[in-house]
Amino acid sequence: MADFFNEWWSIWISILVIVSIVGCGVLLWSQTKITVPLGADGKPLTDGTTGHVWDGTLQESNNPLPRWWMWLFYITVVFGLVYLALYPGLGSFQGKLGWSSAGAYNNEIKAGEAQYGPLFNKYLAMPVEEVAKVPEARAIGERLFLNTCSQCHGSDAMGSKGFPNLTDNDWLYGGDPATIELTIREGRHGFMPPMGAVIGTDDDVRNVANYVLSLSGAPHDPIKAAFGKPKFAACAACHGPEGKGNQAIGSANLTDKIWLYGGDINTIMETINKGRSATMPAHKNLLSDAKIHLLAAYVWSLSNVGGLEAIDKQSKK
Amino acid sequence: MEPTPIKQYTKEELAASKQQYGEQVLFEVHQKIYPRITNGWFSKWRWVLVWFTQLIFYGTAWLNWNDRQAVLFDLTSRKFYIFGLVIWPQDFIYLTVLLVISALSLFLFTSVAGRLFCGYACPQTVYTEIFMWVERKVEGDRNARMRLDNGALSPRKIALKFAKHSIWIGIALWTGFTFVGYFTPIHHLASEVLAWALGPWETFWVFFYGFATYGNAGWMREQVCKYMCPYARFQSAMFDKDTLTVTYNAARGEPRGSRSKHADYKADGLGACIDCGVCVQVCPTGIDIRDGLQYECTGCTACIDGCNDIMDKMGYEPGLIGYNTEHAMESGYTKVQMWKRVFRPRTLIYTGILWTIIIVAAVTLMNRVPLKVNIIRDRGMPRVTETGAIDNVYKLQVMNAEEQKVTYDIEVEGIPGIHIANDHVVEVPSATDRSVPIRVEIPAGSAEPGSNKFRFIVRDQSDTKIVVSEKAVFLVPH
Repeated sequence: MADFFNEWWSIWISILVIVSIVGCGVLLWSQTKITVPLGADGKPLTDGTTGHVWDGTLQESNNPLPRWWMWLFYITVVFGLVYLALYPGLGSFQGKLGWSSAGAYNNEIKAGEAQYGPLFNKYLAMPVEEVAKVPEARAIGERLFLNTCSQCHGSDAMGSKGFPNLTDNDWLYGGDPATIELTIREGRHGFMPPMGAVIGTDDDVRNVANYVLSLSGAPHDPIKAAFGKPKFAACAACHGPEGKGNQAIGSANLTDKIWLYGGDINTIMETINKGRSATMPAHKNLLSDAKIHLLAAYVWSLSNVGGLEAIDKQSKK
Repeated sequence: MEPTPIKQYTKEELAASKQQYGEQVLFEVHQKIYPRITNGWFSKWRWVLVWFTQLIFYGTAWLNWNDRQAVLFDLTSRKFYIFGLVIWPQDFIYLTVLLVISALSLFLFTSVAGRLFCGYACPQTVYTEIFMWVERKVEGDRNARMRLDNGALSPRKIALKFAKHSIWIGIALWTGFTFVGYFTPIHHLASEVLAWALGPWETFWVFFYGFATYGNAGWMREQVCKYMCPYARFQSAMFDKDTLTVTYNAARGEPRGSRSKHADYKADGLGACIDCGVCVQVCPTGIDIRDGLQYECTGCTACIDGCNDIMDKMGYEPGLIGYNTEHAMESGYTKVQMWKRVFRPRTLIYTGILWTIIIVAAVTLMNRVPLKVNIIRDRGMPRVTETGAIDNVYKLQVMNAEEQKVTYDIEVEGIPGIHIANDHVVEVPSATDRSVPIRVEIPAGSAEPGSNKFRFIVRDQSDTKIVVSEKAVFLVPH
């Protein structure tokens, strides 16, 4: 219990609480009856006022509270003591029931899993390709995507600068169902080291950038590209001699026109000079296996037209 | 001996007192009230109101509308169904309007005729009336009940009390069951009760509401009005001298006194009041209306009916106790003069405001578009495509408040060349909402860098009247 520096404060608060609650009861009891003069018949001989007079004539009448109301006050005193015995509240005493807000939260999570788990789990046994064909599963996947993935990859999954487009057939690490699932589960850390110093001068970098542009047939300066080609050897270690990339290490394919950070000459030079580093967080602790499975199916379906057509046919039936 | 104030006396004061001294309890011990039955014009109206409100309350829950309960407050899915209407959290303004209408009605009715609501339609009055009817049927009227309570414990007493409380608890539980039936479908709830399979919260609320009904209508009764209800205490602010209240005509009644039926009481120097005490016996809060207007008076009018009955038996004019105004009493207005003053600026202004709000609310409710759209722009935008066009992506939450499947067309306008680059037809099932990603695209150079305003237009494909236009911004990179 780290709420207090030492046990004394817990005891101090407990004393304050108990004394306050019991004090309320004692105060109420002490104010229940008073001693007054009696009449000849032995009953209190009262004039219905409290004896307080202001401005000579303004008197305070006695308007007694009903007795059942008084009992309600005693009930609150008893309730307070019983509550403090059962639930946390008395210093660091946790209560006899052992209730805690974290425990209540965990119970609700458990109840939620029990209620909705079967809905997700029934797809766990099916291959991703089959899951993607079920419209209901795709709808679940879409909702999971909008909740979990769209913040980076966009609501339409087409990504933006630094965040890959998931609807094309270009994959840094591979687009087969198992790899997609692995990517979601374990996350990825994409890293390209700064290559400026290795390649040489600023002109060398510009030449290499032109060569990189030539790989995908983008507009470039052929002479500079020719100068850059030998220097590309430094890049080939990761991107391959033909610049087609390597999914095993997540290096980008430079021969398509898809650019994660931008395909103009300045951005490519910036990438070469400064390198790039990007993280996709691991989701294994955030999402259940079944949810990851459903997400993988949704993401896979986005770039597999054959799969989509099958889904369309399914929904039209 | 002089009466003394209720206060804590010091030892010196007590020692100096020649009187005996003893204890005074500072809390008021509850005196049970045994109201006597009344039959008359006003009592009949109260029973009309009891039937009217309770047929609505107990009956409405069982009505169906299409394939669902007609009136259902579905808290878990945050939708209120009221016949053809589906109220979403976004329609919360209508609850505010309803409360404003209720408050203004209260102002109006109170300024016209005092505690009309308390006397006729308040649930506390209505359930107390029902419970007292049961009590009368089982135990008898006032005198029989008092005899029974004061008498010794006997098998008959036990049997009567058992019967009364059993019926009360039965009514109370049925009331609790009906109440919960507005929040969870009542047919389903009934089958759960029969199968002994109520959920924990359903059980709690059935018993809680039932307990409140039993306790308040059976045991607490006038104590609720006197000590718990705030309305009793602030309504005097809405009274004025032309407000009709239950009033004893002291000018006509005093001096009160008993007399022979055939005597000429005026010659004997007496007023019309025969001091029979019926007005006190019938009063459910146990006051004497002849002492004037009191905060305990709920305006139930039992004393009017009780007194008129006696006046009739005596062969006197009725109306010794009746609806009168302070002005009418002071100035001796005729009935016509008094009723004319009901139409005074205060009530006319209340009526005007009330009808204005009711009409405005009704018109807006009728023209309500059963479609709502929320727009959330994706962060990380904008995006420049290979062709130089600029993309912004939005998540549109389309809420269909109709009880049928609707297909909507989504359009954009406001920037030259603006269009939606993906599927812009969305189908939303009955009374649900759906989030759809929408990719909006503009050609290069058609808008200034920075934030550009445009509009989303969502329209029902089959009904041109159902259209929602929502503002949004389009970001163009520098």
